Amino acid sequence: MSLYDARRRKNAFYVTLCYAASAFGLAWLIWILGALIMKGAPGLVPATFTEMTPAPGNTGGLLNAIVGSLIMTIVAVLVGTPIGMLAGTYLAEYGNRSKLAFVIRFINDILLSAPSIVIGLFVYQIVVAPMGHFSAIAGMVALAIIVIPVVVRTTEDMLRLVPSQLREASAALGLPKSMVIQKIAYKAARAGLTTGVLLAIARVSGETAPLLFTALNNQFYATDLNAPMSSLPVVIFQFALSPYADWQQLAWTGALIITMTVLALSIIARVLGSQRKKS
Amino acid sequence: MTSSNGTEPGSLPTKITVKDLRFFYGDSLALKTINLSIYANKVTALIGPSGCGKSTLLRVMNRMYDLYPRQRAEGEVLLDGENILTPGQDLNLLRARVGMVFQKPTPFPMSIYDNIAFGIKLYHKVSKSELDGRVETALRGAALWGEVKEKLQDSGLSLSGGQQQRLCIARTVAIQPEVILFDEPCSALDPISTAKVEELIDELTEKYTIAIVTHSMQQAARVSSYTAFMYLGELIEFGKTQTMFTAPENRQTQDYITGRFG
Ligand SMILES: Nc1ncnc2c1ncn2[C@@H]1O[C@H](COP(=O)(O)OP(=O)(O)OP(=O)(O)O)[C@@H](O)[C@H]1O
Ligand SMILES: [Mg+2]
Repeated sequence: MSLYDARRRKNAFYVTLCYAASAFGLAWLIWILGALIMKGAPGLVPATFTEMTPAPGNTGGLLNAIVGSLIMTIVAVLVGTPIGMLAGTYLAEYGNRSKLAFVIRFINDILLSAPSIVIGLFVYQIVVAPMGHFSAIAGMVALAIIVIPVVVRTTEDMLRLVPSQLREASAALGLPKSMVIQKIAYKAARAGLTTGVLLAIARVSGETAPLLFTALNNQFYATDLNAPMSSLPVVIFQFALSPYADWQQLAWTGALIITMTVLALSIIARVLGSQRKKS
Repeated sequence: MTSSNGTEPGSLPTKITVKDLRFFYGDSLALKTINLSIYANKVTALIGPSGCGKSTLLRVMNRMYDLYPRQRAEGEVLLDGENILTPGQDLNLLRARVGMVFQKPTPFPMSIYDNIAFGIKLYHKVSKSELDGRVETALRGAALWGEVKEKLQDSGLSLSGGQQQRLCIARTVAIQPEVILFDEPCSALDPISTAKVEELIDELTEKYTIAIVTHSMQQAARVSSYTAFMYLGELIEFGKTQTMFTAPENRQTQDYITGRFG
């Protein structure tokens, strides 16, 4: 009995530690969210979504930044996802243990953990410098380069999770390999693949550094991809460091908008992920 | 290898003839010179202790092993007289002719209806109504229709294990192969589902040639006309099931069947 008691005490001790650690981690998150909501929520007025970023001392909104962020994120994801999916599919289904696959995987891992400012500088060199000016296109290229390794990685991982029995069963029906991948493996891994894309969106929607070197900023409403384009992270960066109260308020509100969007995406990713387990 | 009395080799049409088959996993030899005939429209059971090469042999017959780069076969496997081990073979066509049902049910991640329709659409251009008909026929054939007809659009994964296995059989039958290979199809099933699957296998012999791997002597005795006993990568004895279970020629066969080893 005493052995059992000792185990129970030990168990209680470690469970308490686990709770404490979780609470510690969560506390910061709640603090951040709380601060964002306290300071950002007052700025959630219609003008924020209908007016442009103002000159110092004037009132205004974030419309150009929101639209710019949406355009650049969407295009970057639309471009980066297919490339990443195809590369990930190659790695999981065709490359396997070949040398080429090994090299690709290695480079992809480097890209995945490369500081985004490096990617910004790189795109500055190959796009902005030759064009002679900052542009939304350059921003999209930079974001797409960040999207690709995330999608490559999740695609490969998710396809590898598809049980080999399922592949064998498909092949046993006489399905060509390409069909097995498209009709069976992608379907079986669908939730995981979607999660990967959502994570990539979450990742790029907060990126600031690569945009500072590429799309820069634009005070006006602009949808010209060949011109500089505003984005929420860059506006937050600029406004938060300014001494003007109006600008600081907009920075808080912008931060709140991004955070809530990313939070919503993460929740969607989680829900999709848990559906996968059920099926 | 010894042949039990009562076998009349040559008097029955053979569907598959295995000649001097050797099989390698990388460098290790898993099948040592197998010679065997699978007779048309009969059930042939493959029995033997775990690891003796039953699954390996089965997976040569539809070249399943081809999915894995380090596995290779030597010798000949004749399907209707044509060697399927030659390099130029269209493997997808071969697998459409030689279907396979696995130990673990493997429904596709799609609806019950699509699980069946998928394979049919792959090989035949059929109208919606004809497709409906063929799906129903396949499900009836697998004794599953009554249980699923109300929920054809539900996921195939929502079925019970036994139902899933019958769905997989229906899926295999739906594309009308010539041979069906079963690798321990009942090992994950309860006795009632097992009985249903066995009944099904029995009915299938009208149209198909069947090879089945099983660990259950009773099952081999119930469903098969011919039995092959394998041990350590070799075919020890092959003959009529009845003869083999009552008067096996080989000592090892007898020991295995009576449960003295394996
Ligand atoms: N993928 C593999 N790689 C290497 N060796 C393998 C592989 N699969 C099977 N083997 C070996 O080949 C031999 C035959 O295996 P096989 O799976 O055919 O046996 P089995 O008769 O089906 O056994 P069981 O009744 O347990 O299913 C075994 O010795 C096994 O270790
Ligand atoms: Mg086996």
